[in-house]
Amino acid sequence: MEIDWFPLWLSLRVAVLSTALAFAGGLWIAYLLANRQFRGKDVLDAAVTLPFVLPPTVLGYYLLVLLGRASPLGKLWEAIFGSPLVFTWKAAVVAALLHALPLLVKSARAALESVDRSYERAARNLGASEWKLFWRVTMPLAWRSILAATALAFARSLGDFGVTLMVAGNIPGRTQTVAVAIYEAVESGNGALARTLVLIVSAAALLLLTLSNRLSPSRL
Amino acid sequence: MLQARLRKSFAPQPDSAGFTLDLEFSATAGITVLFGPSGAGKTLVLDSIAGFSQPDEGRILLDNEILYDAAAGVHLPPQKRNCGYVFQNYALFPHMTLRENLAFAAERKPRLERHRRVHDMLEKFRLTEAAGRRPHQVSGGQRQRCCIARALIAEPKLLLLDEPATGLDAVLRAEFYEVLRQVRNEFATPMLLVTHDLTECFELGEEMLILHDGKIVQKGTPRSVLDEPSTLEVARLLGAFNLLDCEIRTLDPGRNTSRLQVGEFELEGPYFPGHLKGDRVTLCVRPEQLKVSARNGKPGSNQIPATLLRAVERPHGVRLEFSAGGSPTPVRVTVSRADYESQRDNREWVVHFPADALRVL
Repeated sequence: MEIDWFPLWLSLRVAVLSTALAFAGGLWIAYLLANRQFRGKDVLDAAVTLPFVLPPTVLGYYLLVLLGRASPLGKLWEAIFGSPLVFTWKAAVVAALLHALPLLVKSARAALESVDRSYERAARNLGASEWKLFWRVTMPLAWRSILAATALAFARSLGDFGVTLMVAGNIPGRTQTVAVAIYEAVESGNGALARTLVLIVSAAALLLLTLSNRLSPSRL
Repeated sequence: MLQARLRKSFAPQPDSAGFTLDLEFSATAGITVLFGPSGAGKTLVLDSIAGFSQPDEGRILLDNEILYDAAAGVHLPPQKRNCGYVFQNYALFPHMTLRENLAFAAERKPRLERHRRVHDMLEKFRLTEAAGRRPHQVSGGQRQRCCIARALIAEPKLLLLDEPATGLDAVLRAEFYEVLRQVRNEFATPMLLVTHDLTECFELGEEMLILHDGKIVQKGTPRSVLDEPSTLEVARLLGAFNLLDCEIRTLDPGRNTSRLQVGEFELEGPYFPGHLKGDRVTLCVRPEQLKVSARNGKPGSNQIPATLLRAVERPHGVRLEFSAGGSPTPVRVTVSRADYESQRDNREWVVHFPADALRVL
């Protein structure tokens, strides 16, 4: 049997990229939520968590409206990069990001807040800037939890189906991620392909979750 | 030199009463002790000075630098205040070695100086051998010294200490007092130490401020405060006195005498300026100023018959508790062990109230 490895490779690429973006953005949002008092903090917190509860179709619809070729953002993207964003593999990254971000924000915020405030007070008292305090005190004390959250976010972004299908479509060899490929394999009666991909994805997820658990400080 | 005038109010909440901090004080070289019960606002004072908490009104000056001034709208962030802070739990960074903890604090100093300063401080605080270890790998004494060294390495203009000896065992506590005395002698940094332990005030304090319910109720050396508590409140806070209700029967400024009625007994005391005959006052006398003996017939002058309730062994002597003079609370008398041994078979007791030890509030 000839197996097309492209969906796996694409999913990996999508997951790495979306996790990296989620890490950068999520850490920043988590920092704001954990350390700053501002208006609309509750709303931001809820908005970030929204992808947890909304159906994929709703999320997909929003993304199509927001990033579609007729939208301002879509037009801007097209003006800069010369090609549309939706129905490319980059849209799959956005779809995966939508699921990775809430996981990261939630866990990273909890991790940052679990650092004893007296260390942060001590650092400020010793003249450390907020930047130095974050990278030299808070992060080293929270990195295990944050890494665990990142592994979880990576696993989650490997597995998105609904939103990806809506905004990136199902173009074999171009936007077909592993979750979408499994769907199509089952639909078209290609049991062998479906089985192989299912086993690989399950094994990868199991591995990542084990890693995440190992990293969680509660296991120490 | 620190000069602080602070006011901060907390509105009453459904689950807590309101609280107002309102005080003014200054601290110069040496150790100033801020003494008070839990909830008096001691830590809030330190936090306001260090910049972790913003007062509503007032002004904080440190060596003529304005740290906070409500009128001028100045509120420097903690980073810019240059006040060392010794936290109750030390707050040494657990992921850094002792040396790294010091180096972190030394980064405010010029690059060339840092290494030497870290080296000097490690040596001065006997930490050179433990320098490569993390806080959880060293002894309590080393942690404590490292915390002080870290606070002092950037040459702060003031050192704030928040109940640093709370929860330490007796050996560590003695060691800690020794280190603080060393700091007092070797560094010119004024220190402001918060405590609720009267012994600590005597161990360390040159100047003592008594804080109660957000206000300073008395200032002075620990000795002078203990000898002459200014109010009944202060005497209660110090917890070192027998407080007995009594009435002033006579006052004679010429012969410097007075007579006090305690229950059904009369005591002779010194003249009490500022009081009138017939005043109902509180007799205030320390347990170690009283004496006891066996009762032989009628009690002599300044003696009150007493019934021994119990004897409590103390590290230094024995504390006896008597029911005497109709006082609802027991009268406490501290005597030496030998004294107690020779008298323990007394069937009836009298408590002597030396006239010159009596004070009224």
